[in-house]
Amino acid sequence: MNDIRPMIEVRGAQKFFGPLEVLKGIDFSVARGQIVAVIGPSGSGKSTLLRSLNHLETLDGGEVWLDGVKVNQTLGRRAFERHINGVRQQMGMVFQHFNLFPHLSVSENITIAPIRLKGMARAEARALALKMLDKVGLADKIDAVPARLSGGQKQRVAIARALAMQPKVMLFDEATSALDPELVDEVNLVMKQLAGEHMTMVIVTHEMRFAAEVADRVIFMADGAVVEEGSPAELFRNPKQERTRSFLKKFLNG
Amino acid sequence: MDIALIGRIFPVFVQAAWTTVELSLLSLAIGLAMAALVATLRLSHVTALRFIGAAYVSVFRGTPALIQIFLLYFGGPQIGIQLEPFAAGAIALGLNIAAYMAESIRGGVRSVDRGQMEAARSLGFGEGQSMRWIVLPQAAKLMIRPLGVNAVALVKGTALVATISVVELTYTAQRFIGSTYKPFEIFAVTAVLYMIMVYGLTVVIDRLDRAYAGEA
Ligand SMILES: Nc1ncnc2c1ncn2[C@@H]1O[C@H](COP(=O)(O)OP(=O)(O)OP(=O)(O)O)[C@@H](O)[C@H]1O
Ligand SMILES: [Mg+2]
Repeated sequence: MNDIRPMIEVRGAQKFFGPLEVLKGIDFSVARGQIVAVIGPSGSGKSTLLRSLNHLETLDGGEVWLDGVKVNQTLGRRAFERHINGVRQQMGMVFQHFNLFPHLSVSENITIAPIRLKGMARAEARALALKMLDKVGLADKIDAVPARLSGGQKQRVAIARALAMQPKVMLFDEATSALDPELVDEVNLVMKQLAGEHMTMVIVTHEMRFAAEVADRVIFMADGAVVEEGSPAELFRNPKQERTRSFLKKFLNG
Repeated sequence: MDIALIGRIFPVFVQAAWTTVELSLLSLAIGLAMAALVATLRLSHVTALRFIGAAYVSVFRGTPALIQIFLLYFGGPQIGIQLEPFAAGAIALGLNIAAYMAESIRGGVRSVDRGQMEAARSLGFGEGQSMRWIVLPQAAKLMIRPLGVNAVALVKGTALVATISVVELTYTAQRFIGSTYKPFEIFAVTAVLYMIMVYGLTVVIDRLDRAYAGEA
């Protein structure tokens, strides 16, 4: 049973920003170990959808489930805060602009959550940081400060920071959009490596080639709705919807 | 220029300046504590609390400090608050500067990139924890300069409590005018002593600023 239960399940997700309906009742699920890429034009609601998975955005309707636990439960303020902090510890999130903590060293960026939230001993946390940095190829930067890192290195540290909490899923919101083109590959490589380790991932991206390479399933969103979804082969080579076709054509023609 | 007079009054004036320093420090402590509270209210999610914070700032910034001092010192006894001049002065000045300092604190917190709070929350930190470990340490650095400006204004503003007979620098100067008729010498000495205090304060602020800048 456990293997059948989806890792992430979204039902009828609805979100308004003022009068604007940004998510118009979205359904989708992500199986354990599956990698889902979300693509779509700017403003289609990709980020909003991703951010509602860990409740950085509060949905106005619908449900989000993580591994059988309802994320957007109705609870008292205190109880919900405790609940959501627990849920978030199980979902790593990687942002377009890295959002490393500039006042902390690379090591502290990674250890602060395990130490403060899981009560991990400092020495153990540092060993963990080293292991995670090794994974992203930056073990030698453990005592650096974020300001000294390149964009690609910052993003890899951000991934290491998220991984240090041993999350069940990883959420990426255009992890490489803010990077100089020559730094994109090093981050993509880390993400592919995670894919190889069967990490469950939801990846919002503008890079169709990368989505095709890494994803098990691609979701095309437009105007707050899922227009079409399928395997990369289906969706990229043989899109069924006109909307998908025109989007992909625009992309391929630059 | 009556140099001999300056020599004679100087020790008394240094004594009075020390009272100004004590007054400044006490109102600074009151001001910072109150400012932290008011800034917290202003940054709250609860509308009512935000409103109270905003009202505090409007009232204390929107009325003359002198009137606030009078209200507490002269008006206080009428509602059962009886204070010595020094205490009334320190409290009134502290409550007044708190309104400005609260805005400096809030400004610092608001200047920290929103992504910092989001990154902390997404790791599983609660709101308070995110503030404490991620946002405030970064905001502190941004607050030092504006809080320093507030503190300098406070030191100069202590002159107002001469009006309720706190024997600080300005009061002492005024008292000596009557017995010497040498306002130029007396106010020049007074001004120099204020300048020395403000200079000392700016040195401290610079040090703090540099210490924090180096840390990040
Ligand atoms: N905090 C907000 N307040 C108001 N409107 C918002 C907010 N965040 C997003 N929106 C609007 O919601 C819509 C969807 O935004 P979202 O960021 O989810 O799109 P996106 O698909 O991620 O776009 P992009 O590819 O440019 O990142 C847009 O019209 C955007 O302007
Ligand atoms: Mg987006």
